[in-house]
Amino acid sequence: MNTTGTPTSAGTKLTRKDFLSSIDPRWCAGCGCYGVFKAITSVFPTMNIPREKFAIISGIGCSSRFPYYSNTYGFHTIHGRAPTVAMGLKLARPDLSVWVITGDGDGLSIGGNHFIHLMRRNPDIKVILFNNQIYGLTKGQASPTTAVGTKTKTTPYGSNDIPMQPLAMAIASGATFAARAHDSDNELLTEVMTAAARHKGVAFVEVMMNCVIFNDGAIESITNKATRAENTIRLRQGEPLMFGTDANKGIRMGRDHRPEIVPVGQMAGGASKSDLMVHDITASDSSAAYMLSLLSSPTAFGVFRQVNVPSYEQHYEVSVDPDVDKLLRSGTTWTTGEDGQSRPVEGSKQS
Amino acid sequence: MSHKEKVTEVKSSSAGRSQKKVEELDQIVIRFAGDSGDGMQLTGDQFTTASAMMGDDVATLPDYPSEIRAPAGTIFGVSGFQLRFGGSEVFTPGDTIDVLVAMNPAALKTNLPSLKDQGIIILNEDAFTPRNLEKAGYTSNPLEGNELQKFKVFRANISKLTQNALTGSTLSPKQVDLCKNFWALGLTYWLFNRSMEPTSRWLKKRFQSKPEILDANLKVLQSGFDFGETAEMFTTTYAIRKHEAKKAGTYRYVTGNTAAALGLIAASKRAGLKLFVGSYPITPATDILHELAKHKQFATIYQAEDEIAAVGSAIGASFGGALAATTTSGPGLSLKSEFLGLACMVELPLVIIDVQRGGPSTGLPTKTEQSDLFQALWGRHGECPLVVLAASSPRDCFDITVEASRIALKYMTPVIVLSDGYLGNGAEVWRIPGLKDLPEFKTMLHTNVEGFKPYLRDETTLARPWAVPGTPGLEHRIGGLEKEDVSGNVSHHPGNHQKMVELRAEKVVRVAQEIPSMVSYGDPKAEVLVLGWGSTAGVIKEAVHALCEKGLPVACAHLRHLNPLPKDLKSFLKKYPKILIPENNMGQLWYRLRAEYLMDFEKLNKVQGQPFRADEIEAKIMSMLGGRR
Repeated sequence: MNTTGTPTSAGTKLTRKDFLSSIDPRWCAGCGCYGVFKAITSVFPTMNIPREKFAIISGIGCSSRFPYYSNTYGFHTIHGRAPTVAMGLKLARPDLSVWVITGDGDGLSIGGNHFIHLMRRNPDIKVILFNNQIYGLTKGQASPTTAVGTKTKTTPYGSNDIPMQPLAMAIASGATFAARAHDSDNELLTEVMTAAARHKGVAFVEVMMNCVIFNDGAIESITNKATRAENTIRLRQGEPLMFGTDANKGIRMGRDHRPEIVPVGQMAGGASKSDLMVHDITASDSSAAYMLSLLSSPTAFGVFRQVNVPSYEQHYEVSVDPDVDKLLRSGTTWTTGEDGQSRPVEGSKQS
Repeated sequence: MSHKEKVTEVKSSSAGRSQKKVEELDQIVIRFAGDSGDGMQLTGDQFTTASAMMGDDVATLPDYPSEIRAPAGTIFGVSGFQLRFGGSEVFTPGDTIDVLVAMNPAALKTNLPSLKDQGIIILNEDAFTPRNLEKAGYTSNPLEGNELQKFKVFRANISKLTQNALTGSTLSPKQVDLCKNFWALGLTYWLFNRSMEPTSRWLKKRFQSKPEILDANLKVLQSGFDFGETAEMFTTTYAIRKHEAKKAGTYRYVTGNTAAALGLIAASKRAGLKLFVGSYPITPATDILHELAKHKQFATIYQAEDEIAAVGSAIGASFGGALAATTTSGPGLSLKSEFLGLACMVELPLVIIDVQRGGPSTGLPTKTEQSDLFQALWGRHGECPLVVLAASSPRDCFDITVEASRIALKYMTPVIVLSDGYLGNGAEVWRIPGLKDLPEFKTMLHTNVEGFKPYLRDETTLARPWAVPGTPGLEHRIGGLEKEDVSGNVSHHPGNHQKMVELRAEKVVRVAQEIPSMVSYGDPKAEVLVLGWGSTAGVIKEAVHALCEKGLPVACAHLRHLNPLPKDLKSFLKKYPKILIPENNMGQLWYRLRAEYLMDFEKLNKVQGQPFRADEIEAKIMSMLGGRR
């Protein structure tokens, strides 16, 4: 992994170590948070940004402890509201690299509204959603992404709620960058975080992860070496959508306008590569990305969408140093002289 | 510019008018009332500007329905604009009105109870149709009965006269009808010897690119004015007796909401910081956001997705080193309360402006109340003291906002400013200060790496250092978990929590070191002191002034700082045998002072969505004085 790197304001090279605070991460042994933390703090020194320009904003939950472990500016805010704080910070300080760390409960349940609006506004903020499909810090309740039927402390007979699809929601809300990774593929995580970091605009990354204590095994089918080739598909820009052991399956657009899984190759009924959908992250129309985000078998990973439009904070750029005294005296004004007589101010505009 | 030649020039107001008697008065209260689409707010606004520019003191009170366009002609669709103008200080827009301009029967019906006996009614007779009378709930035409006998009624066919003035105009009949408010305005200008010049200038600016509309309005304005001069029913005009000349300076008239917006801008400039305001639309605070939105070069104005996001964004901006504010009303303050706890914990500067309205819940959105004091003082979980200030007049909304910003930055604390619908929408004449006249701001972005600790406090103010992202070497983390004293690390240590709770409280208490001593107005040996806070300042002063004129032993004092309270408040209050606390709530300041000082006070409480009338306060004072005269 490339952790060497880039000049700081002091002219020295930063390494991952420079981004570790004096507090050692304290998540449960085997928690997926460790892997994501490692990937993100490995990407930071490669960004050519001085350390003091990083600000990590989190809400409440296991993942939201992240800022304490990173030696950057950090703000552990309140439940669900990290996007709001990040938005104000970015607007006040467009020079900063602002990262939101959130989870499925924090970002999608209590903070669902802010999540939508952050996506649609497209500020240059990175949003990393740690999705373990459970409330961990409050010790095991169903979250908005918990699978139907899952038994938790609040759903002892199995959850009835249809899970939310974070990526689909981000894309539907207008996210200009959307990607998915999972906690046990470091290469994928690093690639996706790097792409998110480089995107100028809102960058949403869903990281599927395991909660060893309260939801162990929830993503087993996509991480298990024996099954993952069949259950996952890796998205690559400009390449046809193929997956499976020996890459023998592909996805093409079916006649009913739904993605259709087909065998690829010489076998009977097999499709040719040219029949398959070709991944295009730059498509301004987000419907293909949206469709792929909803695939569950296989589940897609990688970058779904990356389009360039002006980021939100750029609309606020002001170059002049305005005259406040003049502003206070705008509108209809008049002067009263020492003689006590009032007269309109020459050129005072009528508001 | 060919269209310029077509433009009607209005005549000078006072030239050639000597035929009719002029009566001089000290003060006059006038109310313009009509349908919410009749332009009554604009008419009142113009009359106010014209009066203020003549050197009169002015206070205004718009009163409009919460429906945007309630059905025309109905009682609940009536929109009113009241103003009082006078030659000496005007304390309030007035309790009862001297002059009612009623554009339809509903406007007459709703406003008649406020009209003084022998008061003047100018009404649009054309609007008194059977249909409109029915919509207003009249079973018979009031113009035909003796209901109006005790008033001076001037009936004018305002709609028809407006049409006549615009004979040959290219405007549609509907556009013509929309000009009738300016006919009424012209007539009132004549009746009260106002100059039409400010309105004429305003029209020329406003309708620069619409010469037909400009010309029509100028003609109609002149027509109303001339009607007064020629119609035989008018024998007298009224003028304001000048008592005292205003202090030399530049003036404008300003609403409380505009003043608050300008206060934030001025404070940020004075502090040398970027201004960030994150807000969500809510009546009656939205006009602050509207005003700020016009000035994007002065501030970063962010309309958030909800009240919570609004305050969250402000806290984020404050973390980044901006002067940050959020503006709201009661329900919004409720939504923001969790975030205010965070702001208290992380000790960041923040200004929260609450333009109070009738509550609880959606309550009376367009009506005034002072019932958020408890919420401002105590409406958060945990031990969460914040600084609370209250504006005392529309123009004070500027000063109090500057003061709130100064305290927030100096003490690294959130400050809640309480305004209300009456102050926010009301307007008065404002002597515009220069930036250099404003109090000094000590701004303090911390950059020194040596010995930096996120919670190492200033000895005098107990403020922690403000080290913002981007400052090399000061990278640190803050958050809602309890902080260890000095280091700011997360701590669950029992003794540390107690210490931090006490430190946060003490920091707020220390703000009292710079609150001015109490001053009273009225009789220094008063038997009854009237103590107010917020928007009751004007009406209390008016009541006390009136009783002092009669030689009664009465005084008043006013609080702008509600947390902490002025240090000398208790000893000040001890000097008076009886104290009255009038509030537009059920006794929230009364409760606080009793709890704090173990003293007793009389209270007077009005929660009708309307400000006090001076006579209500006078009556209560009289009963406390034992009814003597």
